[in-house]
Amino acid sequence: MEKWYLMTTVVLIGLTVRWTVSLNSYSGAGKPPMFGDYEAQRHWQEITFNLPVKQWYFNSSDNNLLYWGLDYPPLTAYHSLLCAYVAKIINPDWIALHTSRGYESEAHKLFMRATVLIADLLIYIPAVVLYCCCLKEMSSKKKVANALCILLYPGLILIDYGHFQYNSVSLGFALWGVLGVSCHWDVLGSLAFCLALNYKQMELYHSLPFFCFLLGKCFKKGLKGKGFVLLIKLACTVVASFIVCWLPFFSEKEQTLQVLRRLFPVDRGLFEDKVANLWCSLSVFLKIKDILPRHTQLIISFCFTFLSLLPACIKLTLQPCPKAFRFSLVTCALSFFLFSFHVHEKSILLVSLPVCLVLSEIPFMSTWFLLVSTFSMLPLLLKDDLLMPTVVTVMAFFIACATSFSIFEKTSEEELQLKSFSISVRKYLPCFTFLPRIIQHLFLMSVITMVLLTLMTVTLDPPQKYPDLFSVLVCFVSFLKLLFFLVYFNIVIMWDFKNGRNQKKVN
Amino acid sequence: MWHVPEPESSHSTDFEVHRNWLAITHSLPISQWYYEATSEWTLDYPPFFAWFEYALSHVAKYFDEEMLNVHNLNYNSSKTILFQRFSVIFTDALFVYAVHECCKCIDGKKASKELTEKPKFILSVLLLWNFGLLIVDHIHFQYNGFLFGLMLLSIARLFQKRHVEGAFLFAVLLHLKHIYLYVAPAYGVYLLRSHCFTANKPDGSVRWNSFSYARFISLGLIVFLVSALSLGPFLALNQLPQVFSRLFPFKRGLCHAYWAPNFWALYSALDKVLSVIGLKLKLLDPNKIPKASMTSGLVQQFQHTVLPSVTPLATLLCTLIAIAPSIFCLWFKPQGPRGFLRCLILCALSSFMFGWHVHEKAILLAVLPMSLLSVGKARDASIFLILTTAGHYSLFPLLFTAPELPIKILLMLLFTTYSISSLKTLFRKEKPLFNWMETFYLLGLGPLEVFCEFVFPFTSWKLKYSFLPLLLTSAYCAVGIAYAWFKLYLSALTDPPAGKTRKQ
Repeated sequence: MEKWYLMTTVVLIGLTVRWTVSLNSYSGAGKPPMFGDYEAQRHWQEITFNLPVKQWYFNSSDNNLLYWGLDYPPLTAYHSLLCAYVAKIINPDWIALHTSRGYESEAHKLFMRATVLIADLLIYIPAVVLYCCCLKEMSSKKKVANALCILLYPGLILIDYGHFQYNSVSLGFALWGVLGVSCHWDVLGSLAFCLALNYKQMELYHSLPFFCFLLGKCFKKGLKGKGFVLLIKLACTVVASFIVCWLPFFSEKEQTLQVLRRLFPVDRGLFEDKVANLWCSLSVFLKIKDILPRHTQLIISFCFTFLSLLPACIKLTLQPCPKAFRFSLVTCALSFFLFSFHVHEKSILLVSLPVCLVLSEIPFMSTWFLLVSTFSMLPLLLKDDLLMPTVVTVMAFFIACATSFSIFEKTSEEELQLKSFSISVRKYLPCFTFLPRIIQHLFLMSVITMVLLTLMTVTLDPPQKYPDLFSVLVCFVSFLKLLFFLVYFNIVIMWDFKNGRNQKKVN
Repeated sequence: MWHVPEPESSHSTDFEVHRNWLAITHSLPISQWYYEATSEWTLDYPPFFAWFEYALSHVAKYFDEEMLNVHNLNYNSSKTILFQRFSVIFTDALFVYAVHECCKCIDGKKASKELTEKPKFILSVLLLWNFGLLIVDHIHFQYNGFLFGLMLLSIARLFQKRHVEGAFLFAVLLHLKHIYLYVAPAYGVYLLRSHCFTANKPDGSVRWNSFSYARFISLGLIVFLVSALSLGPFLALNQLPQVFSRLFPFKRGLCHAYWAPNFWALYSALDKVLSVIGLKLKLLDPNKIPKASMTSGLVQQFQHTVLPSVTPLATLLCTLIAIAPSIFCLWFKPQGPRGFLRCLILCALSSFMFGWHVHEKAILLAVLPMSLLSVGKARDASIFLILTTAGHYSLFPLLFTAPELPIKILLMLLFTTYSISSLKTLFRKEKPLFNWMETFYLLGLGPLEVFCEFVFPFTSWKLKYSFLPLLLTSAYCAVGIAYAWFKLYLSALTDPPAGKTRKQ
């Protein structure tokens, strides 16, 4: 069957799954006084439409920052403004100042879900389709299968269309950035990434690989000639895009500072709620928050983060190639997620996107990772009453990946890209041949624990003494697995490119 | 079959219908089943379905006892809905099994090495992901998957020459839902001709002395036993007339509130157009026209204004006349199971075209068996595509709420894109599937949908001619379905009879 028919079918399947999930509940449904992220997005439409730009990020009688104050960069605010204009035409009650607080109705839910779908359709989905079409050395059937698996990734669907957020916009822009930079349209790629950054500040997790890759390209082209020109072009693009986005906020120093304060709330602490990273898991044994003072916590998390991502970034700068770039995106984002300050559990999506991109290269590990990433958000999804869509989408995703890539046959050392690593280890330990088997057993154990924990969380009540037992268990178990993946991906980068010049595949 | 429960989007009356039947069969004795009328949704399916609901009700009581109370009208707690949704999914297992059996009957002569281009794979996708079935069963709520599973299984058994099993399955099916009476003539004639008469003369006509009494008696016994099991208890209670009056309510009108896209829809549309023209040209007296037909709604059609009114007897005659050629074909020119399948589809389509108070869901009776033919020949594939696209589009008015709009459009696009592209690829070596007229017709569905759902609600005609979108949908689909019916008849009548060497 022709590729375009297949691709259309795949996109339609993706859209159908998205809309069906969106018929379910959203975050904070029917839970006054604070509600949830859905109410936050509605509130931002109200604020941006009714108040002048200068007051968007400031506390005032009309704009109570404690009730879902704006804490994303200006592009989110402009997007909310655009949605508010449409809302005004349909029903002004949805965004009336003060009186629309906690507004909930079927029609409004339809409108909000439609905004997510349209944003997704315009930005994220075309990026995925184009990315899969540009993959090299694959039959068109495999490209379409790849697109299907990426579009079916449950984490993004459940958060965007269930819990309610606009991650597909920032991730879509980041993907356009990856696409541009990998295909040597560096200026356009960096423009797209700046847009992503200006939409959600969490995209900073991806910024280092972009920076190192582009810097590496400049070095390769020679700093005295073309490389320098490229560097200047890129710098100008970045500065210009930031200026355009932040223009209304550059008029006064106080405006800029306030926006920055809202974006990076360093007062909020090392972590909030239960999240599958080092600090939360450590706090099970050691109450770090109470032992160390605030600025020490900041410094420690900084050090951990940067130490863990430095090797990959240095390698990327010295040997820039799209494959190393993709893997560095994974490791950097994962390092930030595991060790950084004030991480939300939803930030795992920033790691999942690059892993989706390497799905075709290491299908087994990527599928495993994507399942773990969805599982790590389980407490959040259960809070929003999204158990059924979670189960269905996870099963659909797993079946799609298992059949498209026949993942269970691809667990040899070569397939896992661990060949060079194993050879190096075998120089000291000749009997080191059991790596694939260990990994298969770990996968089995991991799936069993995930299923068991899910069943336990859903059916049992936690003991009185530890009401958060199950969420903490989920986070702790996910943290251990994510740590394993961090080590794995770092090994792949560091060892795989040792023989970089000998490899035939240079894409 | 994936499925996500939708708490608010559609509580069609079918939920309440089946909940009521669970309640009736569980809490009342058999003698009351067909007399109970607390709710307006009285039991109007044959006894086996009532027993089926009885069996389900024993599982239902572990979910929520309250739904089994006859007086709890419109009771729809979340556990009730969960139970009902799961019961549909669970009974669909039979449908999946039947699809599996049907795929075994397809020969893979054209099979390429690619899995997705094999006829078996295409057939299983076309059946399992049939848009109409998904919409009607899982969003709207009915048990059609299970029933169609039985029908497809009986067809598969006939293909596999296990005639007695096929007959048994069909007899059970008839007593589960009597709408399958539409296709009973095909079964009857085929079994008589090809099973009871064991041999043919060289030219294909019947050899009278090869009649096997044993086979005839065994078939008769099966049908009799099944019917006795089903109707026996009610015969003993002297309730048969009541049962039949519930099963065949002829007091309803020619078309129900939304006209199924059949011949009578075109007839009524023509009548409405003529009466409007007649009024404008002052040929008709406004006082003589019944008020109901001139007001805004599409109503149950009882009388026509310009053209002669239609009675149930007239529809029955038309149906019989329409079925007759295909039945004669089956008798005089038997082509084995494939011929039987064609006749079955023609019976179903003819009854759809000319029947009394036909529901648009009945188009699935023709669409699903047609899928089996579509992967065999290019001509059948093109007929199938027109029938199925027009038929599925005519189901759109069943889902009219805003959250369902993207779903029905996306699912329809998905199914249509897949079916057209996969069948085109399967038959790419033969001439193109559609001529320009058919392509134009199919493409016209897009603008029609845009007009009916997006443009019309914002125009000023909405108040005066609020029935217009339904009328247009019904008439447009009726044209497509009538065209497919006609083409299928042509291909059935002009096909050469099967010789002895033809393997079927």
